Amino acid sequence: MSPRPALPGVYLVVLRRLRVPLILLIGAYALSITGFVLIPGTRADGSTWHMGFFHAFYFVSYMGSTIGFGELPHPFNGPQRLWTLFSIYATVISWLYAIGTMISLVQDRGFALALARNRVIGRIRRLREPFYLVCGYGEAGKVVTRFLSEIGERVVVVERDSATVNELILGDLPVEALALHGDAADPTLLQHAGLTHPRCTGVIAVIGDDQENLKIAITSKLLNPGLKVIGRVSERDTADNMRSFGTDHVVNPFYTFAWHFALAFSSPGLHLLNDWLSQTDYQALNEPVFPPRGLWILCGYGRLGKMLHTKLLEQDNNVVVIELNPKQTGAPADAITGRGTEAVTLREAGIANAVGVIAVTDNDANNLSIIMTAKQLRADLFTVARQNQNRNAALFKTADPHIVFNQNRLIANQIINLLTTPLTNEFLRRANKQEPEWANEMVSRIGASVENYAPLSWVLDLDVISAPAFAQAIRRGHEVRLGQLCRKPTNRKARLACVPLMLARGDEMTLAPDDSTVLKFGDRVLFCGRRSARNRMLSAVYSNDIMIYLITGRHRIVSPVWRRLTGTEH
Amino acid sequence: MNMEKVVFAFFILLALTLNFGFFLGDIDDPSQHHAFELFAALVVSLIATVMKLGDRTPVGSVLLAASLVADLQLFAAAVVWAVVTVGFGETLTPGVTSSIVSLSGGALLANVVSVVLLIMETFVARR
Repeated sequence: MSPRPALPGVYLVVLRRLRVPLILLIGAYALSITGFVLIPGTRADGSTWHMGFFHAFYFVSYMGSTIGFGELPHPFNGPQRLWTLFSIYATVISWLYAIGTMISLVQDRGFALALARNRVIGRIRRLREPFYLVCGYGEAGKVVTRFLSEIGERVVVVERDSATVNELILGDLPVEALALHGDAADPTLLQHAGLTHPRCTGVIAVIGDDQENLKIAITSKLLNPGLKVIGRVSERDTADNMRSFGTDHVVNPFYTFAWHFALAFSSPGLHLLNDWLSQTDYQALNEPVFPPRGLWILCGYGRLGKMLHTKLLEQDNNVVVIELNPKQTGAPADAITGRGTEAVTLREAGIANAVGVIAVTDNDANNLSIIMTAKQLRADLFTVARQNQNRNAALFKTADPHIVFNQNRLIANQIINLLTTPLTNEFLRRANKQEPEWANEMVSRIGASVENYAPLSWVLDLDVISAPAFAQAIRRGHEVRLGQLCRKPTNRKARLACVPLMLARGDEMTLAPDDSTVLKFGDRVLFCGRRSARNRMLSAVYSNDIMIYLITGRHRIVSPVWRRLTGTEH
Repeated sequence: MNMEKVVFAFFILLALTLNFGFFLGDIDDPSQHHAFELFAALVVSLIATVMKLGDRTPVGSVLLAASLVADLQLFAAAVVWAVVTVGFGETLTPGVTSSIVSLSGGALLANVVSVVLLIMETFVARR
């Protein structure tokens, strides 16, 4: 671990600002004390006396703060009272000045911010639980942070916009996220945010700018090579660059979407499988889509538009591009100049013969307008729209295109899947090489088990920590089949709403394992299904009673007396 | 010439010289060690400490530490003095005087370190 970076010197600033008032205070005290020691007093009997340093210090101490504790040890004479008068004003003014300086320092906004910042940095340093570092609290960052917080993970957020940071601090996350305000591309700030902290589990770079994410990724890999790094990019070459130095996962929403869209042509079943597994649960299950082949009108030739253009051509379609700046974007020669929001432009592009319209500009209002205009011209068109901002969700829902590409949703879902069930990624990579028929069967099985809501995917780790009851059953010589774990703990005749997707045994992966598969200790099984099924399954492998019931159908006898009487062991 | 440096060096040197003035004399003779000198040494030492507060340089932190040591020693000497004369109402005996003076001797050492450091830093800065 590299040395921890020095804290900004807030306390040094305090001390330095208090220098003058403190010296003034010491000076006033010294002067007053000296005066009382020097000035001779008069006793009642007329003899003179001198105040010692101790008594002078005693007197000045209570004089400044209370004024009126009496004249000690003897009543004062004229010169002493004159000096007392001077001392009162000198010490009181010095105190007021010192206290005033301190109060103004505390009320100083810059100072308060620096203090708050130091407090957050201190808390991050003292974290004893694993945490994720999220760079960029944009729309995708928000969803990821909320999700992680909801599953009980600690998150540290670095965000440049102070208003957004305040929103996060005032937010109602179940596990409080620690927010640090600043530029995440600054390595020192990243270290303050816990990049080199031993409990930092992963860095998630989801700033809107490719170069900044690249910088965060490379900083993370240099300063803490063991860290899991997920970076968001939108350009192909940045993605390659990021992978080149070992970034664990690169999330490219444009590429992913274009690729998925192409899959919808070649294998709608696989498209749906990808779609479902990259959704998070509680979302309504997406319907299958069947985009027709033919003439497509593509509005917007940006980064996403280019990728879609390539993919559409690959899938034997004809494409007409509508773009406002065809020259700057390098659109094909036959591209039509315009926004696509007017009927004229769409007619010019040949909407009469088209099968679908794709609106993927970076402006939500334009995308909606294109879809609405196209639908008025031809109600039977297949429509694809890009949604840039989460807050426009209701509008897109009403406009109801066949496919909505929500970049932030997609990034967030992908990251969540990467963090919670990395095995899903492995599964999809293998599944995407399968035949369409296989995918159709998987989809129908999953659809039947989850009904209306998107499936949750989870991994069943059959080791001692996650599945002690399973481990014990194996040790006792029981044979446990996959199908037996997919049964309800209350009634083993009923099946849990889940589908086993993949069995990982060492490096060997089996797609869609059969119910009769005999499980071994150390196996990992990827399931998808309902949340309730997951909870029941995970508790079953934890409890000996349920485990025995699922395997043998017998209920374990809890009472030792009854066990002795019936002669059963367990 | 930097006025801040002058004031800074002035107080550090003054703390040393006053401290030395109090320390000078027979160690157990109360008449050779006046309370005024100890008081002045303590006050100037406190001021010197405050002047060193918030100095970020590595030398600055050692200077601050030396100053705190001097404060502590002089304060201890003053407390011994006050406890014996006011607390117990006794006059200064040679034994008590020698312990007060030796405490201030410790402070003197710390002040010498301060001054040496100050001079060294000045030379380094010149070069």
